[in-house]
Amino acid sequence: MTAPNFRSVEANTPSFVIELSQFTGPLDLLLSLIRDEQVDIYDIPIARIAEQFLARISSLGLDEAADYLEMAARLLRIKAQMLLPRADGEDAWEDPRAELVRRLLEYQQMREVVDLLERRGEERRHQFPRRFVPVAADITPLNAPLSLSLGELLAAVDRVLRVTKEPTLHEVVPRALDVAGAMGTVRAVLAMRRACRWSDLVARDAEPWQILSVLLALLEMAKLGELRIAQSRAFASVEIRRDAISEAA
Amino acid sequence: MTPLAKLLEAALFAAPRPIPLETLAALDPESSPAAVSAALDELREHYDVDGHAVELVEQGGGWQILTRAEFAEAIERAQVAVRPQKLSAAALETLAIVAYRQPIGRAEIEEIRGVAVGSVLKSLHERGLIDIVGRSEGIGRPLLYGTTSQFLEQFALRHLEELPRADELAIALRGAGNATVVPE
Repeated sequence: MTAPNFRSVEANTPSFVIELSQFTGPLDLLLSLIRDEQVDIYDIPIARIAEQFLARISSLGLDEAADYLEMAARLLRIKAQMLLPRADGEDAWEDPRAELVRRLLEYQQMREVVDLLERRGEERRHQFPRRFVPVAADITPLNAPLSLSLGELLAAVDRVLRVTKEPTLHEVVPRALDVAGAMGTVRAVLAMRRACRWSDLVARDAEPWQILSVLLALLEMAKLGELRIAQSRAFASVEIRRDAISEAA
Repeated sequence: MTPLAKLLEAALFAAPRPIPLETLAALDPESSPAAVSAALDELREHYDVDGHAVELVEQGGGWQILTRAEFAEAIERAQVAVRPQKLSAAALETLAIVAYRQPIGRAEIEEIRGVAVGSVLKSLHERGLIDIVGRSEGIGRPLLYGTTSQFLEQFALRHLEELPRADELAIALRGAGNATVVPE
């Protein structure tokens, strides 16, 4: 029915949801039509409702919404099935609308729960719990409007720009990573010392490709069992030591 | 107030989330669960009768002290605390389906709602209202979702059973154009 959207599951930016007009979906629209037309849900005049549905989705400008089109196609198919001649008293005849009715009823039930949740949630929104926030983790800002002068803003921008390295905009030189070279460096350092830190392996002015090379080299060597990588706590300096086992061997 | 009621008050004040009855009972091994329940009643009455600005509420699988609704506007205006954002109709529909059918996969939710729900699920998950509770045995082993205690808390529910049973929900559509019957 819909293309799988892998990106949306992974990305961690807040998603942007567009509500199609006031309806939350084709079933919502259909229910509203059935209510407006005051028809019995167990005996839907499918031709009339299908026509209305099509009229509404064109007037709402929803032509591109696949979900609505899928429902439109379903309605037209049911309409066609209803037109097929059938022998009187034939027991095997199954109402082509049955599946649609079942879905509408199921959807309607769910809408009643929505009303309930909306009411309870709104009441609850008027009450605050004691706000317990561990001091260090208090990174949720209040929704306060940002108040600062133009001067302060420019100063802040200046501070940010000063610590960032000048971006290289024109030279795009594809540079392969040098993992083997970095492994050599790490081995040389560890041959002299039992343990070293991440900062000992990466020069202060290292280019991104150099940093990446060292990182991959460390991971590769850890996999080979040549060294162990440890970090005492979050954001602490990474400690790299010779693996005792490979040393013994 | 009895010493036990005071002890409960202190614990409830210190807790970030609703405290389950068992945890409250563990505060004082000497007291029976019945005594703890009685002390909770006492504390609630104390808040109600003596005109306090907070009240004791049972929800989200435990007990919690909340400010009374009448102060919400002033508190928010002064930006002392922020109310959780209102959910969109699409988010509420999805949440209702997850609440009733959990554990449930994305495809089944889409089947009921008739629209794609990927981004809605993601934002509900980010708000901590639903969580991944497992994987289905079906093709592709899709993720299954369920509601969290945060959901109960945000909708002032003691537990999931407090929602009306599916067969209790009135089918208001039978006959001509009835308004939706709100279950009580």
